[in-house]
Amino acid sequence: MYTQAMDLAGAPTLAPASTPEEAAFNARIAADRKVEPRDWMPEAYRKTLVRQISQHAHSEVVGMLPEGNWITRAPSLKRKAILMAKVQDEGGHGLYLYAAAETLGVSRDQMLEALHAGRAKYSSIFNYPTLTWADMGAIGWLVDGAAIMNQIPLCRCSYGPYARAMIRICKEESFHQRQGFDIMLALSRGTTAQKAMAQDALNRWWWPVVQMFGPPDKDSVHSGQSAAWGIKRISNDDLRQKFIDATVPQAELLGLTIPDPQLKWNAERGHYDIGPIDWDEFWRVVGGEGPCNRERLATRVEAHEAGAWVREAALAHARKQGARARKRAA
Amino acid sequence: MNPHIEYLLRLGDSSLVLGQRLAEWTGHGPVLEEDIALTNIALDLVGQARLLLTHAGRLEGAGRDEDALAYFRDTAEFRNFTLCELPNSGIERGRAHGACYGFTVVRNLLFFAWQAQCWGALTDSADRDLAAIAAKSAKETAYHLRHAADWVVRLGDGTADSHARCQRALDQLMPYCNELFAADALEEDLAARGIGVRGADLKAGWDAQVRAVLEEATLTLPAACAFTSAGRRGQHSEHFEYLLAEMQSLARAHPGAQW
Repeated sequence: MYTQAMDLAGAPTLAPASTPEEAAFNARIAADRKVEPRDWMPEAYRKTLVRQISQHAHSEVVGMLPEGNWITRAPSLKRKAILMAKVQDEGGHGLYLYAAAETLGVSRDQMLEALHAGRAKYSSIFNYPTLTWADMGAIGWLVDGAAIMNQIPLCRCSYGPYARAMIRICKEESFHQRQGFDIMLALSRGTTAQKAMAQDALNRWWWPVVQMFGPPDKDSVHSGQSAAWGIKRISNDDLRQKFIDATVPQAELLGLTIPDPQLKWNAERGHYDIGPIDWDEFWRVVGGEGPCNRERLATRVEAHEAGAWVREAALAHARKQGARARKRAA
Repeated sequence: MNPHIEYLLRLGDSSLVLGQRLAEWTGHGPVLEEDIALTNIALDLVGQARLLLTHAGRLEGAGRDEDALAYFRDTAEFRNFTLCELPNSGIERGRAHGACYGFTVVRNLLFFAWQAQCWGALTDSADRDLAAIAAKSAKETAYHLRHAADWVVRLGDGTADSHARCQRALDQLMPYCNELFAADALEEDLAARGIGVRGADLKAGWDAQVRAVLEEATLTLPAACAFTSAGRRGQHSEHFEYLLAEMQSLARAHPGAQW
């Protein structure tokens, strides 16, 4: 999964190097070499990365909820097993990403606290509900498909631990995308009710997925900074176009109709043109007014609070074990 | 029903039903690592169930595959131990109670210790398919058991609160373990034919394993209790129908559909 538009929050503009460390950092970026945890880095670069990586980690963990919603009702044991494995992978992605963010000097507890207090964001796509089994297909096919488009460039991101985590995550995501498409394929070849279920899922997920790439380049004021730092490699609009161009033929193969009457191949541009995107809806959902924002966050907070006694007990046991070991050694 | 097939359903249904219960934790665990671990264990259990139900269906020869058996049998046709179907929250009825991690790991300890003994014995089964499934499952169960035992020790020997929660779980769950070992004509028949194993023959190994963990966890084994549940004969708890209704709802809404 993926966190949209890391450039939503502010980042200062790059100042000319005023110290030898800064000059060395700039030279490293210019040479397209990786920045590692022990290297000096500008505070704003560090903060931008903490924000982006922790948002990404939170997205993985919150993203377990909409799909987890269908594990107990998966319609065959094979699909149940595949879905469990997928949701488990997402938890694993959350772990690598929290670990990558921790190399920047922030603890997982601090990141979780920011999420639970509503200060940290996660991908807005997970604020939409999963109403039918076809949503498992649509999420894999479209949401993971969009995530891959966004994440492949991150494998070349300037910060080493993030880039390396992304390489592993991208491999698993492309597997998830194929599994999602396979669910859609089975539904589209199925009964009338199954086909209708698949079309309904596409109708509900299409526009939110198109919005996942973030606001249009003309309104994305901070992208320049991230591009200069080698964090962001391809613009929001270019990624969105790439996704649409790749997805339209897939929908045709499935015999499903993309819910955009203005969708049309533009031979001159060599790309599909699409109808207007409802950015008001995007900002409403980012701002907390989506269909599931409150319940997703409340569910995470509840799981964390209900698990507090387990974490406390594990620490208490570890302390007792330590004390016993010291006593034996004495 | 053919006793051999029924025996396979007992093993497969127990794995399936506990897998279903553990999967309820996905996305809701006390810490992310445990979310992943429980989902992984649930996935292994569903994998065991698929092998066992497929084998049972083939043996039956009536064209029922794993999904026909999982999704289109009714409550009384399920043969899992009652232990496996109890809610993650405890034995209290009603859905207002929250899931308890202590209940989950204590149940896992009790069941996986049984499975470890059972798979060990079944690797010599005259049913060579079952022996192969047992050999594969034994490796998974060894890990599941270690995970459960580690957590029972941590929580039992953790804080006063965690100790009390685990002791409550143990007190509630121990009576359901009677079913794992109670004498039973079907088991007797299968054991005599070298296909299955008698629960009574697994008791000593189970006892030793469980007692060692409970001792380290500073938990007290409750007094013996005469109650014996009968899930493996199709007589389930009140909790079970809800689990099944949820699990089967989508498949039954579209009979004959391919997914």
